[in-house]
Amino acid sequence: MLKQIEGSHGVAEAVALARPEVICAYPISPQTHIVEALGEMVKTGALSPCEFINVESEFAAMSVAIGASAAGARTYTATASQGLLFMVEAVYNAAGLGLPIVMTVANRAIGAPINIWNDHTDAMSQRDCGWIQLFAETNQEALDLHIQAFRLAEELSLPVMVCMDGFILTHAYERMDVPEQALVDAYLPPYEPRQVLDPREPVSIGAMVGPEAFTEVRYLAHAKQMSAIERIPQLAQEFRAVFGRDSGGLVRGYRLEDAETVVVALGSVLGTIKDTVDELRDRGVKIGVLGITSFRPFPLAAVRAALAGAKRFVVLEKSLAVGIGGIVATNVRLALDGLALKGYTIVAGLGGRAITRASLHRVFGEAIADRLEAVHFLDLQRERVARVLEREEAVRRSGPIAEGILKDLGTVASRIG
Amino acid sequence: MFQIRIHGRGGQGVVTAAEMLSIAAFLQGKHAQAVPSFGSERTGAPVVAYCRIADQTIRLREPIMEPDAIIIQDPTLLHQVEVFGGLKQDGYILINTNRSFEELGVGDFVRGWHAERLCTVPATEIAMKHLGRPLPNAVLLGGFAAISSVIELASVHAAISEKFSGKVAEANIAAASAAFEYVLREMKEAADHA
Amino acid sequence: MAFQPVKFYQTGTFTVGNRLLDEQQRSVQAQEERSNSLNSGHRACQGCGEALGARYAIDAAMHATGNQLIAANATGCLEVFSTPYPESSWQIPWIHSLFGNAAAVASGIAAALRVKGRGEVRVIAQGGDGGTTDIGFGCLSGMFERNDDVLYICYDNEAYMNTGVQRSSATPPAARTATTMAVGAQPGNVFGQGKNVPAIAMAHDIPYVATATVAELHDLEYKVKKAMGFHGARYIHVFVPCPLGWGAASQDTIKLARLAKETGLFPVFEAEHGEVTSVSKIRRPIPVEEYLRPQKRFAHLFGQEPAAEVIARLQTIADRNIKKFGLLDAAA
Repeated sequence: MLKQIEGSHGVAEAVALARPEVICAYPISPQTHIVEALGEMVKTGALSPCEFINVESEFAAMSVAIGASAAGARTYTATASQGLLFMVEAVYNAAGLGLPIVMTVANRAIGAPINIWNDHTDAMSQRDCGWIQLFAETNQEALDLHIQAFRLAEELSLPVMVCMDGFILTHAYERMDVPEQALVDAYLPPYEPRQVLDPREPVSIGAMVGPEAFTEVRYLAHAKQMSAIERIPQLAQEFRAVFGRDSGGLVRGYRLEDAETVVVALGSVLGTIKDTVDELRDRGVKIGVLGITSFRPFPLAAVRAALAGAKRFVVLEKSLAVGIGGIVATNVRLALDGLALKGYTIVAGLGGRAITRASLHRVFGEAIADRLEAVHFLDLQRERVARVLEREEAVRRSGPIAEGILKDLGTVASRIG
Repeated sequence: MFQIRIHGRGGQGVVTAAEMLSIAAFLQGKHAQAVPSFGSERTGAPVVAYCRIADQTIRLREPIMEPDAIIIQDPTLLHQVEVFGGLKQDGYILINTNRSFEELGVGDFVRGWHAERLCTVPATEIAMKHLGRPLPNAVLLGGFAAISSVIELASVHAAISEKFSGKVAEANIAAASAAFEYVLREMKEAADHA
Repeated sequence: MAFQPVKFYQTGTFTVGNRLLDEQQRSVQAQEERSNSLNSGHRACQGCGEALGARYAIDAAMHATGNQLIAANATGCLEVFSTPYPESSWQIPWIHSLFGNAAAVASGIAAALRVKGRGEVRVIAQGGDGGTTDIGFGCLSGMFERNDDVLYICYDNEAYMNTGVQRSSATPPAARTATTMAVGAQPGNVFGQGKNVPAIAMAHDIPYVATATVAELHDLEYKVKKAMGFHGARYIHVFVPCPLGWGAASQDTIKLARLAKETGLFPVFEAEHGEVTSVSKIRRPIPVEEYLRPQKRFAHLFGQEPAAEVIARLQTIADRNIKKFGLLDAAA
């Protein structure tokens, strides 16, 4: 059914259609609307049987999820930003125990300085935690990926993180096709756990493993993720068969035919990039786009195949690996090992900075002319950086950097965008 | 694609206005995208929300830099925020005020623009009359339906009903209709003067 | 055949199995159908109070629930000595997740059981004092506040023993640990305000809170059984001496536990819905010195110049407990 609803609401409906049995909630912007909506559905009985538990921290949220999942319940939670970091120990634990929890990450920056706006730093910080990480380009895809995520998680006994851009998607009202319960039931069978805490058949979960077997256990986690590289496209195909929509998969190309330059990105910024690329194509520029949906497992072969024919790639990413540059870019370069492509990293949209077509035209133009620096910070205000550096040069007690920059900047309320 | 930027203050329902606008467009079979300016603003702080309306899927996620229309829910923002930033020549402007563009000090800015696209409506007064509360958001959408052909009043009514229920919905619908009539009269006067 | 009842003197809390007692009075451990939940072969040290306490507590809970029990375990000695891969001493469904989340994991298990209509299966969370009073404290309080249907058992040996005897918030003042060295002007742990987690549990007004020691295993079994008669959040704080960490003889575990109670340093009581309902009286008042002296962690108090002032301060703590809980009969 087509609805004009908020992204968070659409995702909440998708999660509810997946018939979760335990939902843990702890508030953090911008994921709150999702769990609020689910809480209401549980309270009214629209989502039943389901336990909705308000916990005291994100660490507890993931811990309750671990217990519920280990006891055989289909389990869901959502978080973002600092919340994801606060639960990190349990995030790794859920993956290590092989518990198929599904979690939405409403992507948001990590402080300090504290910042509630969107970028991908939170999810990227967890790229090696053992969870599958899927990134949604639109709210429709976010909705669809949640349904696929439960199926994938439970088939593989691995937790899945569905990443959607905070505010840009979570708070955007747009058209979403919310499927019928019968279709979701047809796609997603009831949860049959591989391991379950049950007095009828006692097992010990989470025993200590020493050097004699730790490598093997970790290898199995890796092998399972790698098997998802096969499974994710199949599940997307099956999804299409049931729901009639293309959603998910490993990567998605756009206008890649004869593209000399390929822009690689994740998440909702792909929309703005595609609009920009259309304008460039209209001018005869041979440029295309590769959207990565599955960041973990990272589809090395699919990325390589998509970029192999190009002359250069530009990774535009909403994250920064301080001290090296790009995170996505590093992964993409690994996929291109041995190929002679020029590569550029554009760090963009940090802490919610708008990524505009105007700026994209400028940097893509520079990349195409091979004038772009290897790691470029989109719309970086160099004069502001210079002022801080000057101040630090001049006085020892130069003060907090964030405060200094804001003082230089003056009021921001009067600016648009 | 038609792009609308709504300026107001925290507590005035700016974000809800953009959302209702998108619902109204959706109900007319169009694609629409409404997004807030993502602030953690508190009551009274300047707030911006965006709404895009198109016949095709909207992929663009940048803030609306060059709006086709601007709705200003609080005229005191005129001298505090660059509310007209990027507004296209001959764009639509709807301001919640009982003063004129000249009195507001923006007469020079819009000199020579299509007069019938520049409207004011005392939305807060209308809201006080119908709702008993100074909430001008839904009221202004009624006015916006009058100045632009992008959405119809009936869709605005339907959108209000999706967001609110019972007496609140009824009062907002009545207020939106009153604003619609007010703006139609204003536009007619402007056309008669021209 | 003529039946001559045998007069048996070793009864009461000083004995364990009591197979010669009337069946109703016997310990769960005396019964053939005891569940051996924490089975033999685990790798706890000789004289481990925690292993003893856990065995009695979990078997009692199994007995009380008709063997319908799931346990969540915090990281710590109990977890490590009971599950060296690929072996497990646990004969019950058991999960270890992290150090600080046993209470929350148990909440999740309880939620799953509720949603699946398996209300007959009960949930226990257990951990040491570090996992309970320090790192797991937030999750513990959350579980209490929500009144989740979980019995949390803390085995308190007054320090982080698994990592090599470091101070926890349950470490008593003046005690030497690896991080409160017996050096300087004030050797050993500082005199802080203490952190009385049973009292904090009571402040949540949860249905049942109790303390117990491994010196009185009948009492521990009774309290576990009683706890399983309640639904909602319950807390039992068990005093479990650690020979290794305390520098005490392995055979003195029970004795030290008894001395802790008899000196008044560890008050043994029960509380329901935030109100104390019973206390275990001190039979014969004993000065704290008798409890402190056999433990190397307090050895610095008894050197050539005994730290009389410190010992007196510790006695004050015991006296305050005795007064607060009414641990002495008026006659005593």
